[in-house]
Amino acid sequence: MDLNILIAGEAGQGLKTIETILGKTLFRMGFQIYTTRDYMSRIRGGHNFVKIRIGKGDITGPAEEIDVLLALNEEAISQHKQDLKEDGIIVLDGQIAREDIYQLINIPARKIANEVNSKALNTVFVGAVLKVLNLKIAEALKVIKEHFTDKKLQEDNMILLKEGFKKADGKFSLPKIEDNDEQLFIDGNSAVALGALAAGVKFFSAYPMSPSTGIMNYLAAKQKEQGIVVEQAEDEIAAINMTLGASYAGVRAMTATSGGGLALMAESVGLAGITETPLVIVDVQRPGPATGLPTRTEQGDLLFSINIAQGEFPLMVISPRDSEDAFYQTFRAFNLADKYQLPVILLSDQFLADSTTNINHYNLNSLKIETSLITDGESVKYEDYKRYQITEDGISPRAYPGQLSGEVVLVDSDEHDENGDIVESASARSNMVDKRMKKLVRIKQELKEPVFFGQEDINYLIIGWGSTYGPILEARKLLMEDGYKIGYLSFTDLWPLPEKRVKKIITPDIKVVVVENNATGQFAQLLKGQLGITSDYRMLKYNGRPFSGREIYQRMKEEVII
Amino acid sequence: MSKEDIYYSNQETAWCPGCGNFPLRKALAGALNELGLLPPQVAIFTGIGQAAKMLHYIRVNGFNGLHGRSIPPAIGSRIVNPTLKVLVESGDGCTYGEGGNHFLHNIRRNPDITHLVHNNQIYGLTKGQASPTTGEGMTTKIQTEGINSEPLNPIKLALSLGASFVARGFVGEEDHLRELIKSAIKHRGYALLDILQPCVSFNKVNTYQWYKQRVYKLADNYDDSDYNKALKKANEWGEQIPIGIFYRKEKKIFRDRFSQLDDRPLVEKEINPLGVKPFLLDFK
Ligand SMILES: Cc1ncc(C[n+]2csc(CCOP(=O)(O)OP(=O)(O)O)c2C)c(N)n1
Ligand code: SF4
Repeated sequence: MDLNILIAGEAGQGLKTIETILGKTLFRMGFQIYTTRDYMSRIRGGHNFVKIRIGKGDITGPAEEIDVLLALNEEAISQHKQDLKEDGIIVLDGQIAREDIYQLINIPARKIANEVNSKALNTVFVGAVLKVLNLKIAEALKVIKEHFTDKKLQEDNMILLKEGFKKADGKFSLPKIEDNDEQLFIDGNSAVALGALAAGVKFFSAYPMSPSTGIMNYLAAKQKEQGIVVEQAEDEIAAINMTLGASYAGVRAMTATSGGGLALMAESVGLAGITETPLVIVDVQRPGPATGLPTRTEQGDLLFSINIAQGEFPLMVISPRDSEDAFYQTFRAFNLADKYQLPVILLSDQFLADSTTNINHYNLNSLKIETSLITDGESVKYEDYKRYQITEDGISPRAYPGQLSGEVVLVDSDEHDENGDIVESASARSNMVDKRMKKLVRIKQELKEPVFFGQEDINYLIIGWGSTYGPILEARKLLMEDGYKIGYLSFTDLWPLPEKRVKKIITPDIKVVVVENNATGQFAQLLKGQLGITSDYRMLKYNGRPFSGREIYQRMKEEVII
Repeated sequence: MSKEDIYYSNQETAWCPGCGNFPLRKALAGALNELGLLPPQVAIFTGIGQAAKMLHYIRVNGFNGLHGRSIPPAIGSRIVNPTLKVLVESGDGCTYGEGGNHFLHNIRRNPDITHLVHNNQIYGLTKGQASPTTGEGMTTKIQTEGINSEPLNPIKLALSLGASFVARGFVGEEDHLRELIKSAIKHRGYALLDILQPCVSFNKVNTYQWYKQRVYKLADNYDDSDYNKALKKANEWGEQIPIGIFYRKEKKIFRDRFSQLDDRPLVEKEINPLGVKPFLLDFK
């Protein structure tokens, strides 16, 4: 059993605080939690909401149907009442017209808060919701204590939490609480930032752009402790070029942005390609083109990322499937960039970036740093150092400036010879292109095949990539419960495209359905162009909102399994 | 082999015979030599253009990046490695045109880098279009009726933005230029050295001759700590063109603002994935 709380109001009403306190409290109590955020690109006003889905075990995405609607204003009700379940409850402050059709819990929150501290108004509601769920408040009091540094604010919030709790009635009973001591409660952006820290990122530069900014915020908060540098650049072009300079100097470097920023970085991704400078670039996708929908989600930058710069050079594109994967994939991206001396683009999106959920504790002991940088011990043997020495596998010895006592390191955006000096001869050009492209042989051996869920005798194969993972998994479960035989392939490595598993699974009698958060079926195009796999159906969504599991389930039944 | 020869590489250049880039290279090699900087200790960052090819003709570490983007990688390298002497070399088009935004913000940061602008008042590599410093009225294949915008005054711009070292040199005054380069490198902070460098192929107005008749050195008793005087001097252009250090001031450098950094290059700091363990508590 699971339960869905939706909290709606306008920007500036403190939805995020409710989400954090309630989410963390429920997580600590041992529930499986999935929170998603839907907000407008404005600082005050508008209509925003967060969803908190609670349950046990396999909650892997958001749900549409609402059990508890916490309405911070009138609009919250008009916008969401259609999703309220029959036995759903609205918690609000005040009366509304035609209340007979809803179960209402009217909490005089404003009045209560004004007597204590009007700034802590929302905590009254948090208390009320906990009561509605028939839970205790001890854990919430602890979370409040940690959340507010100001003593007075701490106390006022605790008082108001208790008040709110008293004013509501218990309505729901939740599944039995599980032990989740071995779990973390983390959002996609933080997971990427943490993965970068584990990988030893020493320089990060970016220009703020929603929904990627959370990555910079987390890294900036840790820079002192880690002794690393985070710099807000004057624009995206500066950001990526600064990181390239840092990478040239031998350290691990990363930048993050969203589509428009990535477009500005395009030429510089090519610079990383031709200079063979390792670099990790995170694109937290939002709907485009141009400014698009700044705070909403889409998987619209796949083909752009793959074809990001003029000319031809090897690069990798990886799209993490959830916050657990995002950590490991970011770590891996640094290793791949470093080992193969090329740019790696991580494709996240607003849905993943702004969703917080339970994941398994990261296994830090499993992480191993891999690099192609020559060690200081080895450095003595390089007498006639050539940055772009032609080698068997295309990977040249990489030194950083100042590392070799008598040698210099020269990198060049022009086509160059083994020394890094400009060349224009036909053969030198071909040789250098061949050298760079040769790396793909080894890269292909490193590709992660898509994860497969299913058995031998499937009738339908759903294919997805990146963040649609959780919702598709839920849809598959629902379809299986109805007796359908459904397989699911979840891709994270997108470029180069791993081909073994998908080719093996697809047989002529299986219907292939590609599910994507974009309007043109970009991954389906890739499957067709690269592997000759034709999809029987493309389930697309491009209204800026993420899929829910039930939605995919229903669309499968209406549009595919007719 | 003379001492300066250690900096020479690839003597067959793509520069036109008689180009002002040749004496500039000589002055640079001389300055590095006199400062006792060995090739591995120096890194030059360039953009794109004839000037930016310099690092192929001088033997130090080099990062030949993109048009207009010479400064950001220099900042990135310098901040993670305090032991490198970092120079930026680029044309007037690359620095003040395509790279204008980086130029502005770089001054605000005041990183410890030396910026040599080969100012030939023209786009050389793309064959003679106007640059931001080309004189008003000059005709080109594109500006057929003469350039319609006022030229940018880099000295005044840098001063007004608060640059900590602002100077102008001229390739026709090689010894003077060498000394200026040395001072710029020795300056702790961002040093802009705008260098008048005739383009013999495309700029038929600002020739060696033209500069020789106008250029004069700032007097020995010129006080380079006087900001207002510097601004006034920066306005001189035309019949009289001053060269020398206009202004110099010690300021906090970019790296000083990161209290977490010490004198060691960050590349020497070990990477340990287990180091993030305490951060996991943020998500409990
Ligand atoms: C993004 C981009 N735009 C345009 C060019 C073409 N381009 C190369 S060099 C140059 C101008 C160079 O002028 P300047 O910086 O003054 O250097 P010079 O050649 O005169 O030394 C231009 C426009 C380019 N390489 N990249
Ligand atoms: S085009 Fe002008 S600046 Fe370029 S090499 Fe020739 S003379 Fe020098």
